[in-house]
Amino acid sequence: MNATSFTAFSSIDDLHAALAAQNYVAERGLSTAIFLALKLGRPLLLEGEAGVGKTEIAKVLTSLLNTDLIRLQCYEGLDISHAVYEWNYTRQMLFMRLAETRGEQASEAQLFGPDFLLKRPLLQAIDPSRSNAPVLLIDELDRSDDEFEAFLLEVLSDFQITVPEIGTVKAKHTPIVILTSNRTREVHDALKRRCLYYWIDYPSFDKELSIVRAKVPQASEQLARQVTGFVQELRRLDLYKLPGVAETLDWITALVTLDQQALHPSIVEETLGVILKYQDDVEKIKGKQSQSILAHVQATR
Amino acid sequence: MMSAPLRPIDYATETAPADARGHLLHNLILFGRLLRGLGLAVNIARVMDVAQALEFVNIGQRADFFYTLRSLMVHRKEDLPIFDQAFKLFWRKYIDEGQVIQFPRAHIRKRTKPVVKAPPLKEQPDNGNSQPNPNQPPVIEVTMTYSEAEILRSKDFAEMSAEELAEVKALIANLVWQLGQRRTRRLHPGRDNLIDLRRTLRKNINFGGDVLHWARRTPKYKPRPLVILADISGSMERYTRLLLNFIYSVSQALKQPVESFVFGTRLTRISRQIDQKEVDVAIKEVGHLVNDWAGGTRIGDSLKTFNFRWGRRVLGHGAIVLIISDGWDRGDVDLLGEEMARLHRNCHRLIWLNPLLGMSDYEPLTRGIQAALQHIDDFMPVHNLVSLEALAEHLAKLGQERGHRRQKFAL
Repeated sequence: MNATSFTAFSSIDDLHAALAAQNYVAERGLSTAIFLALKLGRPLLLEGEAGVGKTEIAKVLTSLLNTDLIRLQCYEGLDISHAVYEWNYTRQMLFMRLAETRGEQASEAQLFGPDFLLKRPLLQAIDPSRSNAPVLLIDELDRSDDEFEAFLLEVLSDFQITVPEIGTVKAKHTPIVILTSNRTREVHDALKRRCLYYWIDYPSFDKELSIVRAKVPQASEQLARQVTGFVQELRRLDLYKLPGVAETLDWITALVTLDQQALHPSIVEETLGVILKYQDDVEKIKGKQSQSILAHVQATR
Repeated sequence: MMSAPLRPIDYATETAPADARGHLLHNLILFGRLLRGLGLAVNIARVMDVAQALEFVNIGQRADFFYTLRSLMVHRKEDLPIFDQAFKLFWRKYIDEGQVIQFPRAHIRKRTKPVVKAPPLKEQPDNGNSQPNPNQPPVIEVTMTYSEAEILRSKDFAEMSAEELAEVKALIANLVWQLGQRRTRRLHPGRDNLIDLRRTLRKNINFGGDVLHWARRTPKYKPRPLVILADISGSMERYTRLLLNFIYSVSQALKQPVESFVFGTRLTRISRQIDQKEVDVAIKEVGHLVNDWAGGTRIGDSLKTFNFRWGRRVLGHGAIVLIISDGWDRGDVDLLGEEMARLHRNCHRLIWLNPLLGMSDYEPLTRGIQAALQHIDDFMPVHNLVSLEALAEHLAKLGQERGHRRQKFAL
């Protein structure tokens, strides 16, 4: 574990403040989970609805610890050649040809040497030549399949990978691992048990308002309050897909781009598509429903 | 369950740190035991992890102490409220001896009392014979003549006597279930035209850069996930018990996880209850969990709950959905149509099983079923053993293709 960067946070309060300084407004529980992940050197599994800032955590941590972010986006069928390593076949072929022209034959040791190795995210993360621990983000784990999960289980338990042609690669600095899942599928229990777990909920009005202020400072106070209030009201409704914090930020950025100082009926109608991504939901909210929410928000916020 | 008074010490006033650690560990172990009793997967290794983590945390701060325990002892969103409540009760200065501790009941398995019992059969079947031994394939009465067996196979479940039902249950347990396969994105060595560069290079290493032998790969196939939505309202009452047997035997027979739900006026997920070693235990647990047996039906609302709360989680990877219902709906017909359309868009194949289809003069004329029919891939009967066998055969034959949507009956 890298001593210099981690001792920067001697307590949960320190980390909490540091996250806030990076414009990331975290719940106390989340700060605790991150703090423990750093101290115990364990992966942190973050679950939550889409757009609540799961991936953002990894980015913020990276800049906080002044290290590298290595990202692995999961998908079905993700295999070793995309997650761990691959040989550079074109170069290997050329090398064999060159050897042939010299009347030699390329040996296996030459062909499968470090020069021809392409390191994919997992191998990059445990590369022993690193001077400090990187942040390894394994994004949307629920999209991968059982085979990859089983492999990951192995990697995350001892942070070493065996490449048959080269030997075993072991991390000198245990990477800080953040796993995210949208729960489109239940992640296997064995993998969950290796990790610290935190469920990120939709933020309260005050939390979300401070996120909006931090991320889009150019928005007027009135607009920020109204947009946040509007989205908070939407989340109480029976919608197929509730808007996340990411949608709130998108919406307010769009409204700022359109030079709006406050919400009014026509602009809400025109920009509903920024926060609602299903036609059924847009139909439902459009018109009367959105006007009444707006009136409510204007009166209370 | 908490008869022994548990009195965690007050850390704010505790002065001897070494002693406190001992008490703390002891209390952590007790707390871990409590959580395990409540159905959380907490073992002693977990507790040791917590003890280790607490070295970095100021345990005088109640919030930090709370979140430290929670992030290590809970791994499922569903367990969060149970943990919160257990924590609140366990980690406080004094516990009122006389106080009765209430835990969220729906989550606690095995310890709850039944709220409403599952509808009993007309007569209880003879328990001595109907109990299938899990190690031994159930012995089916062989004394029947061929024609008797035939009659039983085609007799409507609703008209069977208790003995016949017991026999049919054994036969249901023997049905072979297989689902169509789905082509996954994962490749493995095979004979398709997808080149495996890694193996190709290995094979041609001695030819100086010329490729003489190509290694190929082929996609891997996996069985499709299955989701069952069963109607347990009053009009389905005569079939309910057998359908639970059916759900159980399908869940056991398939290697992939089967998600099952029942609905009357509201939707209840029963996958975890069904996943038991013994069919009777499974059905008993479902009986404890569900509390809208033999009531009204609101299919539209139930499907909406399914689509909104569960759809995204269980319909991935080209799932096949079975809805078992007679289509008698007291809810909003337009809603039913909308939600059927949504469900249809999100699954690979939508099959509606209707016990009434077994009646020769039945025509699907109720407004509910009319609204639903246009979004169904297959409309099949499920009133006797023959129809279940037909279903098994149909499921086994489902191929890669989605089939024509808006298809009518597949009788």
